[in-house]
Amino acid sequence: MPISQRIKTPGFYALLAATVLFLMFTRSIGGTFGFFLLFGIPLFCMTPLPPYASQGEKIWQYAYLATCTIIFLFLILPILIIIPLSFNAEPYFSFTEGMMRLDPEAYSFRWYADIFRFGMTAPDAVEGWWTDMWNNATWIRAFRNSFFLAIASTALATFLGTLAALGLSRPEMPYRSAITSLLISPMIVPLVITATGMFFFYGGTMQGVIPGYPDGLAKTYLGLVLAHTTLGVPFVIITVTATLSGFDRSLIRASQSMGANGFTTFFKVIMPLILPGMISGALFAFITSLDEVVAVIFMADVDQRTIPRQMFSGLREQISPTILAVATILVLMSIMLLTTVELLRRRSEKLRGLSPG
Amino acid sequence: MTDAAQSSDVLVAYDGTPLKQQLAKTTRRMKFRALLLTMPLVLFIIVSFVLPIGDMLFRSLHNPTGSNVAPNFAEAIQKWDGEDYPSDDIIKIFVEDLATARKNREVGKTVGNLATRVNYEIPGSRSLFTKTARRAGKITEGPYLDALIKIDKKWENKNVWVTLKRVTRDYTLSFYLAATDRKYDENESIVRADELYRIYLPILWKTIWLSALITFLCFIIAYPVAYLLSTLPLRTSNLLMILVLLPFWTSLLVRTSAWIAMLQKEGILNNVFVYLGFIGDEHRIQMIYNATGTVISMVHILLPFMILPLYSVMKTIPPSYMRAAKSMGASNFLAFRRVYFPQTIPGIAAGVLLVFILAIGYYITPALVGGNDGLLISNLIANHIQRTLNWSLGAALGTILLVVVLVLYWIYNKLVGVDNLKFG
Repeated sequence: MPISQRIKTPGFYALLAATVLFLMFTRSIGGTFGFFLLFGIPLFCMTPLPPYASQGEKIWQYAYLATCTIIFLFLILPILIIIPLSFNAEPYFSFTEGMMRLDPEAYSFRWYADIFRFGMTAPDAVEGWWTDMWNNATWIRAFRNSFFLAIASTALATFLGTLAALGLSRPEMPYRSAITSLLISPMIVPLVITATGMFFFYGGTMQGVIPGYPDGLAKTYLGLVLAHTTLGVPFVIITVTATLSGFDRSLIRASQSMGANGFTTFFKVIMPLILPGMISGALFAFITSLDEVVAVIFMADVDQRTIPRQMFSGLREQISPTILAVATILVLMSIMLLTTVELLRRRSEKLRGLSPG
Repeated sequence: MTDAAQSSDVLVAYDGTPLKQQLAKTTRRMKFRALLLTMPLVLFIIVSFVLPIGDMLFRSLHNPTGSNVAPNFAEAIQKWDGEDYPSDDIIKIFVEDLATARKNREVGKTVGNLATRVNYEIPGSRSLFTKTARRAGKITEGPYLDALIKIDKKWENKNVWVTLKRVTRDYTLSFYLAATDRKYDENESIVRADELYRIYLPILWKTIWLSALITFLCFIIAYPVAYLLSTLPLRTSNLLMILVLLPFWTSLLVRTSAWIAMLQKEGILNNVFVYLGFIGDEHRIQMIYNATGTVISMVHILLPFMILPLYSVMKTIPPSYMRAAKSMGASNFLAFRRVYFPQTIPGIAAGVLLVFILAIGYYITPALVGGNDGLLISNLIANHIQRTLNWSLGAALGTILLVVVLVLYWIYNKLVGVDNLKFG
């Protein structure tokens, strides 16, 4: 339907009338504009109903679309709103008047600079700035810890998880559901319970068990990597098993009939086909580790604080917009990861001939 | 009948063994191989996850503080039958143990540890032990009970001795009793705790009630959105799906800080309300650091876990069913209620159970936006592990929560199956 026709509907006139009423009631131009957009979008999106549809059905469909618009805004707005907030020139978690007027003075990069400067011994020094920043800046250390933990635990979780998923997806696998439930359970059991158990076991019971770790695994990177691997494994299992469920097992027999051994079959036949699933699973494990904070709260030392741990204490102790700057970086990173996973999913579906494109 | 006819009944493999046997052997080997592939991870999970949780269960029942601090007394008092007072010999051992413990500086073996342990059972009795231990060295001759009573009148109270007998046993149920707001009275029978100390059951009920509320709100919000996504053309729905998946991929801490920015008193939502003239500047609504804040942010955080299962079920329902119902004269509402809704129940069950399971154990968000009023059971557990250091009580509370979650997980497994868990 062309736009001119879409505008000449009773619903559109009703919206105009409601907007005028809204303007008279609140006397704010910006608010009225928002109101018009909020209720105009669903109106614009309304699909033409069959001619026999009653007026009531049209109103019902409009109300339904308006509700959905509001829900989508509820989902996405809080995440997007922190991006402009992180450029605040004032140390507040709220828009200042200058920001509302789009005054360039009210915006600044100071909180992004603060990511590098906070915790440095001499933030204004010229000589040795880089080493000082790399070694002492609190947030930089948190980024380093987070990425080290995430990469190490993702590698371990993907390796073990893929191996187990290969076994679980074989038709002859015994005790499949029991073992699957066990391997998924780290995702289901509340993190506080897992972290409490690990705190007791790694920190107390394991004292003196592992050579080189006389005080157990609490406050060590090894303990944290183990914890994060455990929490990431369910995601790898779920994603890789899902990919393998659409896998044509006769390909394995075909490869074997041509004389390939187990390794060749895996690397030349199975892996190229399940690679998208493996990468998705690895990305899930990566983001889980990057986002995990409870185990870190319970087990990590001050030096081992990760990004979310640092945000947690920041939100509890001194709320500063630096948190919003870090959050913005994390949002951009999750957008990138999400795009990758979506592309992989489509590729995997195309490979298996499941998707129209 | 000849031999040849008999052997043709039993098919044999190339090496002469019966084919059935050979097949069983091969199947066994294949099963073993499949199992072998999962073994590394199973062993890993057992060491890194199952044993720690087992450790927690063990610690909720096992607390050796009493026998660590006063080892000889712990053994002696068990002979006391609970009538009258313990004999003077036993009390002599107690005084000696206290004097030894006072000199001890090893963690877990000091008088303070014992005092804390007894204090869990008899609130306000801490000073009794520290005070007595300071003077225990000076008691040289009996009757020891009288000497103790001279130091503090409280030793006359038989309940102190009954409690001492109880806390010096290594295995105890008292932390489970404490976690369910109960305690032992003087006659070793289980009674409810004093009104003032009943805190855990109310928090547990509140956790369940808030989780149910969050689950219900998620369901109400997710249903229309999932329906919209499932009916739109694939290209549009994939685009809108990003709006659902982005929160899912965004860090929990990011979303929680976003809600702090939205909901606080000087926050965006209040600013918008004031700007639009809904409320006056001095009547800003307190929406955070209370249960409201916890509910709003947790609904936002858990919403994708409801939308995704609903969507995957709704996508499989052919739209022609609704049209068929309407063509036979059903109204829109009736067609929805009798034809569409029943088919979405598997998705509802999956989403509701998943959200409820995740909500009941939530820790981070309530800790940051819950204030005092929006705290959940997990926050109490963390508090006992990190602040009050009453580890056994924290472990007992954790075990209770674990049992609740495992029962729900079992139901989920029966109804939905873990194989059907998917993301995106």
